[in-house]
Amino acid sequence: MNAVIEGQHQADMEEHSHGPDKGIMRWVFTTNHKDIGTLYLWFSFLMFLTGGLLAFGIRAELFQPGLQIIQPELFNQIITMHGLIMVFGAVMPAFVGLANWLVPMMIGAPDMALPRMNNYSFWILPFAFSMLISTFFMEGGAPNYGWTFYAPLSTDYAPPSVTFFIFSIHLMGISSIMGSINIIVTILNMRAPGMTMMNMPLFVWTWLITAYLLILVMPVLAGVVTMMLMDVHFGTAFFNAGGGGDPVLFQHIFWFFGHPEVYIMILPAFGVVSAIIPTFARKRLFGYGSMVYATASIAFLSMIVWAHHMFTVGMPIAGELFFMYATMLIAVPTGVKIFNWVATMWEGSMTFETPMLFAIAFVILFAIGGFSGLMLAIVPADFQYHDTYFVVAHFHYVLVPGSIFAIMAAVYYWLPKWTGNMYDETLGKTHFWLSFIGVNVTFFPQHFVGLAGMPRRIPDYALQFADYNMISSCGAFLFGFSQLVFLFVLIKCIRGGKKATSQVWEGAHGLEWTLASPAPYHSFSAPPQDMTEAHG
Amino acid sequence: MDDGSKMTNTTTSVITKRLLFIVLGMFGFGFAMVPLYDVFCAVTGFNGKTSGRYIINEQMINEQMANEQMVSGQRVSEETEAVAKRTVTVQFLANNNGSMPWDFRAGQRTLTVQPGEMNATEFYARNTTDRTMTAQAIPSVTPFRAAEYLHKTECFCFTQQTLAAGEELSMPLRFILADELPQDVKKLTLSYTLYDVTAQMGAQAVTQKRIAVRN
Repeated sequence: MNAVIEGQHQADMEEHSHGPDKGIMRWVFTTNHKDIGTLYLWFSFLMFLTGGLLAFGIRAELFQPGLQIIQPELFNQIITMHGLIMVFGAVMPAFVGLANWLVPMMIGAPDMALPRMNNYSFWILPFAFSMLISTFFMEGGAPNYGWTFYAPLSTDYAPPSVTFFIFSIHLMGISSIMGSINIIVTILNMRAPGMTMMNMPLFVWTWLITAYLLILVMPVLAGVVTMMLMDVHFGTAFFNAGGGGDPVLFQHIFWFFGHPEVYIMILPAFGVVSAIIPTFARKRLFGYGSMVYATASIAFLSMIVWAHHMFTVGMPIAGELFFMYATMLIAVPTGVKIFNWVATMWEGSMTFETPMLFAIAFVILFAIGGFSGLMLAIVPADFQYHDTYFVVAHFHYVLVPGSIFAIMAAVYYWLPKWTGNMYDETLGKTHFWLSFIGVNVTFFPQHFVGLAGMPRRIPDYALQFADYNMISSCGAFLFGFSQLVFLFVLIKCIRGGKKATSQVWEGAHGLEWTLASPAPYHSFSAPPQDMTEAHG
Repeated sequence: MDDGSKMTNTTTSVITKRLLFIVLGMFGFGFAMVPLYDVFCAVTGFNGKTSGRYIINEQMINEQMANEQMVSGQRVSEETEAVAKRTVTVQFLANNNGSMPWDFRAGQRTLTVQPGEMNATEFYARNTTDRTMTAQAIPSVTPFRAAEYLHKTECFCFTQQTLAAGEELSMPLRFILADELPQDVKKLTLSYTLYDVTAQMGAQAVTQKRIAVRN
């Protein structure tokens, strides 16, 4: 089979030239995994800035108690859109973009298995998000029911724009499902000979598991928004108790999707960190096998813990105990991972380039988010913490210095491979330290106001929370503006810089580092032979 | 294309189809959660949902009716009066959902009942608007674990009420608390929330069916 694939690709090479098309149409019609990866990454960066702008609005209003800038109606719309855009527009597409760029190169494949579908799955997104963001300009305003869109807020009491919201969620779901199918088929079917499953880099493993999670839960999300659509327009009563439905049912279905979703946003981050730490510690990853099993266990457990988001709806004690213990169980495989990363660094000859700084910050700050998650898992404590800023602090710790730091680490780590140029290390480190300080100043005080009882999703608050909120807002502005440094580093690196070698980093292992920098438009037309250093 | 690449393509399409099948299955599963949830709640009484109309042997009712006498809205059976039985306080709540404008209240705020006895009370509703409206009352029991021991033989929540403008209605409720009610439950609350379902009358058939399963 090896020879056959090789033969076919040689035939391909003779038939047509291999450079990209010229002009804008290159990007519209492209089926090249690298082009599509680039599109995904820029799109997610644009959404990150958009969602960040909304966060500026939130933090500006919360800078002081009282209503200054934003009225409550608009505030509700802003927090909803901030959540939706960051989750579905920034974090998820960024990881899909990384998968597009890296998975084929890491497994020695020439491209993704379904390149045309790859193009569709990206180009659905700009339409979905244009539709979603356009609701700001509609009568009744944008969605104002929170990113979790609990019924009946999102059905009986929703603004008319809810229909646009529903269809944009459908489009995002279709995009994610197509992307996931593509990634699974690529990983299962396109590996170079000798690239066994247990030889795959962890980024590939984590993405394979993430993609399975996506195809298991995104259809459920599509189902729940379809039910909302029917409740709003076709007189059904899935979530209306007056018609025999139940609003709590909404929460069950939503979180059946929603909890695996949070692992969808973190598992690929685990993969990224598992690639970066061994490189800069100049050691092989400690406990590769246990990393794979831990990822799979986390994915399985994520499917059976959804009701820990709903402890206060009035569940029987048996249910609360089950979901509490199942949730706490997740700490075990997660602990295995943290241990493995620390053990990888142990006695390594470490250097602290920008990707490594982000990766180490990930390990520490994600662990803090994990610990506050354990606190929230305790049922009696959760009754106190539920819907307070403690929850906000918790999930921002796992998402911002968790997922987003991992994405930034990945961008710095592979940027020389993508562009052929080294980025400006001084500016990169500046970006890291500004972001690191900004994130902690923003979100750490939120633990305190949350424990003191400040509810989330409010535009105004009691006076005793004023100081911490002001600190938090200052941190948010620092974090937000420091992303402009990131943008500058990216543009500077794309335009030029010190030429990168093939291996780029002294300790880097993996097939992508055997390719030239920048990676050729078509890589691995002939499958690579040497699998001895397939993963770090 | 030679045979080798064809084989690869077949495998690709087979995996893709299998994955699409999972996607369709999970979309269906999302909808399957609706009846599963109903059944789960009906069986366990979770969520404070009471079960449907409680059917008791007609003869049993007649015998009991013959032996019973009315004491302030509560029927006390002579044969059980001799036995010192525990009593349970049942509180009645009547709420309007959202913007439901009807006047809706319980005839009695509380009733002291003995498990195993048939009890009766009434709720009142008045359509305060100038148009004909239809309402549906949805019950909920607190504490939740008492829900499965509350048997309603007659309840206005089994049907919808249509009232013309200004019309008034007295709505009966008859129920039995099962003997098996946990000993530590000394007080329980039966709450009704009244929903405006005028707009959903088109989907009434479906609604009625689900209400029948649920209430």
